[in-house]
Amino acid sequence: MTLWFVFALMTAAAIFAVLWPLSRRGSAVRSGSDLAVYRDQLDEIRRDRAAGLIGENEATAAQVEVSRRLIAAADAEAAVPRAAQPATMTWRHRTVAVAALVLLPVVAVGLYLAVGSPMLPGQPLASRAPDRQSIAHMVAQVEAHLAKNPNEGRGWEVVAPIYLRMGRFEDAVRARRNALELSGATAERHAGLGEALVAAANGVVTAEALGSFKAALALDPAHVQARFFLGLAAEQEGRLNEAVAMWRALLDGAPADAPWADFIRGELMRVAGGKGPSEDQVAAAANLPPEQRIAMIKGMVAQLAERLGKDGSDIEGWLRLVRSYMVLGERERARAAVGEARRALAAEPDKLRRIDELVKGFGLDG
Amino acid sequence: MIPEIGHFALVLALALGIMQGSVPFYGALRNDSLLMATAVPTAVAQFVFIAISFAALTMCYVGSDFSVVNVFENSHSLKPLIYKISGVWGNHEGSMLLWVLILALFGALVALFGGNLPITLRANVLAVQSWIAVAFMVFILATSNPFMRLAPAPGEGRDLNPLLQDPGLAIHPPLLYVGYVGLSISFSFAIAALIEGRIDAAWARWVRPWTLLAWIFLTLGISMGSYWAYYTLGWGGWWFWDPVENASFMPWLITTALLHSAVVMEKRNALKIWTILLAIMAFSLSLVGTFLVRSGVLTSVHAFATDPSRGVFILALLVLFIGGAFVLFAWRAPLLKQGGLFAPVSREGALVLNNLFLVTACMSVFVGTLYPLALEALTGEKISVGAPFFNATFGPLFLVLLLAVPFGPLLAWKRGDLPGVAQRLMAAAGVALAVMVGCYAVVQGGPVLAPLVVGIAVYVIIGAFTDLAERTGLFRMSPKAALARAAGLPRSAWGTMIAHLALGITLIGIVGETQFGTERIAEMKPGQSIEIGGYDIRFDGMATRPGPNYSDQIARFTVQRGGAVIGEIEPSKRTFPARSTTRTEAALMSRGFSQIYVSLGDPSPGGTIAVRAYHKPLVLLIWLGTIVMVLGGLLSLSDRRLRVGAPKPARSKPVMQPAE
Repeated sequence: MTLWFVFALMTAAAIFAVLWPLSRRGSAVRSGSDLAVYRDQLDEIRRDRAAGLIGENEATAAQVEVSRRLIAAADAEAAVPRAAQPATMTWRHRTVAVAALVLLPVVAVGLYLAVGSPMLPGQPLASRAPDRQSIAHMVAQVEAHLAKNPNEGRGWEVVAPIYLRMGRFEDAVRARRNALELSGATAERHAGLGEALVAAANGVVTAEALGSFKAALALDPAHVQARFFLGLAAEQEGRLNEAVAMWRALLDGAPADAPWADFIRGELMRVAGGKGPSEDQVAAAANLPPEQRIAMIKGMVAQLAERLGKDGSDIEGWLRLVRSYMVLGERERARAAVGEARRALAAEPDKLRRIDELVKGFGLDG
Repeated sequence: MIPEIGHFALVLALALGIMQGSVPFYGALRNDSLLMATAVPTAVAQFVFIAISFAALTMCYVGSDFSVVNVFENSHSLKPLIYKISGVWGNHEGSMLLWVLILALFGALVALFGGNLPITLRANVLAVQSWIAVAFMVFILATSNPFMRLAPAPGEGRDLNPLLQDPGLAIHPPLLYVGYVGLSISFSFAIAALIEGRIDAAWARWVRPWTLLAWIFLTLGISMGSYWAYYTLGWGGWWFWDPVENASFMPWLITTALLHSAVVMEKRNALKIWTILLAIMAFSLSLVGTFLVRSGVLTSVHAFATDPSRGVFILALLVLFIGGAFVLFAWRAPLLKQGGLFAPVSREGALVLNNLFLVTACMSVFVGTLYPLALEALTGEKISVGAPFFNATFGPLFLVLLLAVPFGPLLAWKRGDLPGVAQRLMAAAGVALAVMVGCYAVVQGGPVLAPLVVGIAVYVIIGAFTDLAERTGLFRMSPKAALARAAGLPRSAWGTMIAHLALGITLIGIVGETQFGTERIAEMKPGQSIEIGGYDIRFDGMATRPGPNYSDQIARFTVQRGGAVIGEIEPSKRTFPARSTTRTEAALMSRGFSQIYVSLGDPSPGGTIAVRAYHKPLVLLIWLGTIVMVLGGLLSLSDRRLRVGAPKPARSKPVMQPAE
């Protein structure tokens, strides 16, 4: 209610600003005039002549000129009748007054209701202490802490999986990198970085990610996550048999109750071309048979390619296109897209660098 | 509640603006003084409401109210208070609100201090001003509303770009905006005059203080922006012919021309149509400047505002205001009576020459800025027009203009005596020539251009003094009489002299920095020294220093001259972990008007670091010159004649009139 009371007060003040001058009938409305300017110019000439700043002849000539202007201005002023000051309110003033009284509130409130959120109270930080539990806020707190202590590896390690879940993949990569650098190399940390890199590359195991997984395996040859991703990399490069072999080995060595075993089995089915359960679930969720799903994805990719063909300035679009082709296994097209992107972004070295990074990540150049 | 009060205040200001745009205008049409009088309180009220709105947004920023989208996107609860406040206009929506705030402020100022204007003129000026404000408020509410809300409110905001977390950002855009937007008043005066179909010498006097005020702020804003770029971007440049810089420079050139042509109009009732055209062009260019920055057409260091969809809206506003103004101009200008005649060689002639040069210079900047954009839009080909183009077109134009500068004030009105003036400038030319030769001898075989430009600068400075000496009769009368005459000179005459002098000062700074500066890039190990501009700079080592939301990697250097230690400088690499960005903080050491500028490259393994060191002789004169220029403008603004015409009985006791 207070809010509407304040609104009412402000509206009243606005209306008053229009009505106030209308109410001052009879009192003279002050008006300036150019006569004053010309009189002052004449005075100035007089002063300059007295001070010797201007010669006699020039002063006389200037005086004549300004006087002529003065007379013309006085004539013009006399020709236009001084604005009339009616004693009573004319219909014109009444119309304006009514417009102010009706239109101002109607326009203001109408517009405000269309764009404003009157029911939403202000929420300055100080008043929001109770809902500090939200994930976003926790992340913000950790970030604030890290801003002060950027060399604390543990903080980065805590925040990295949250970033990953929130979809902030670039941040996740950075956090993983920092954790690796600050807390020392372990298989877990290397694999974590690899996972974040894969997520950031839309599910493609890039050359850099592959490096991370290999580093993890060098420290712990049995690391499950790293072994799985190595298999995925083999699959994405088209070496299906190798991928299947790696995952089989992983399953063979798995403890009976390993929670990830089912997932690997699903992946195996997918690669083997069988109608694995996970595939079915995905297809059902998307309400489309797999062929159509792929067709749909291909259609989206084609659209993207078409859009980029018209306007090639969108770096994110190019990166997505190249990644999509790689996921679809269309290496040649990916290479062609890289060529087009390089042409379109030729003038922007920053963006070119990102294309180069991606190319290097996929090993597309060689 | 606070954000909604701000939102409603903005909507109310819009509704009131529509009233202010139509009622006084209708009153002027019907010669109804009561309706015309509504312009004054509505203009003041409009300003008050927009100020409430702006204050509300500022409070949301200070209180970190992340239920406001704009605050969430551009602030962070851990930011230092000053950057929370400067964050209000550090983003698109807030800066547009600041834009209309200043627009309304100028409207309110005309309403309050425009008592000397004829009532119809004032009513029309305020109506036009209000329509500009209405258009931009509609733009804000429709496409860039800073009061959009979020429910539930996010826990934390998304910081401001660390590159923009700088005291320079807190001051430079508002100054520039006051300049940009101040030109709207000259525009409104021009449109009002066209609507009334009447314009005379008095108009020029009324419009002059407003133009001067805008010009002063524009000068300050450009100068501050240049200094900001100089010390933040880390490679020692102070002017890049960056499109955003050009966008602020073009209105400045036209406004400078406008100031001069308004003098002719005031004194001689001539150049009326031209002056109106300049007033329209100045504001049009400042709108184009806003458009260039806001639409994201440009990619430059100022790339913090990019959204093409808004660009279309602004483009429509541009077409409406600029196109509308020119149509009105084409229709009404032929009706205006042309005034006083003058010979080509005269003060008027000199000012016309000045105008031609300034407008041509502006055109060269305009072409250099917009041609690449037009080419890209039409053919898709990307070219970049850089400093060489501007140096080759703008440079010579301006140098010739500078040669003519001292002539202007010395020539008489109507018909001047060119040989006589040239004779009086002999002394200036002689000294300049001597300096030129001396400079050439000292530099020996350096660039020929440098001594030449130094000579021109000296000539401009001494020319300004010649003008003063002539007016006070310094060498013709006793010193006492000359002093008395100096005291009696109108302040605008002093303003002219000082502003012209300042041009010379800035020019010396530019030549010193560009022609005599030295630069060294070196890989340095701790303990190593490099020599630059007669100074020895020794690298002492690296250190880390934490800041509020960043950490600094400092490199310590000791500066020595002839074996004696002068001081230490500490350039750094500043890392903001929240954004994982690093920026280079250059370190500056001033020696007189010269500076030593050290900025860091990347550290390489083995403890060495890449160092860029510059010796910049007289570089501070560039900005000192602009400040002196502003002082000249302020002096001229304080001239009592600009306030003449108030309906109070001002002329009954002219002796008692204080000359402040």
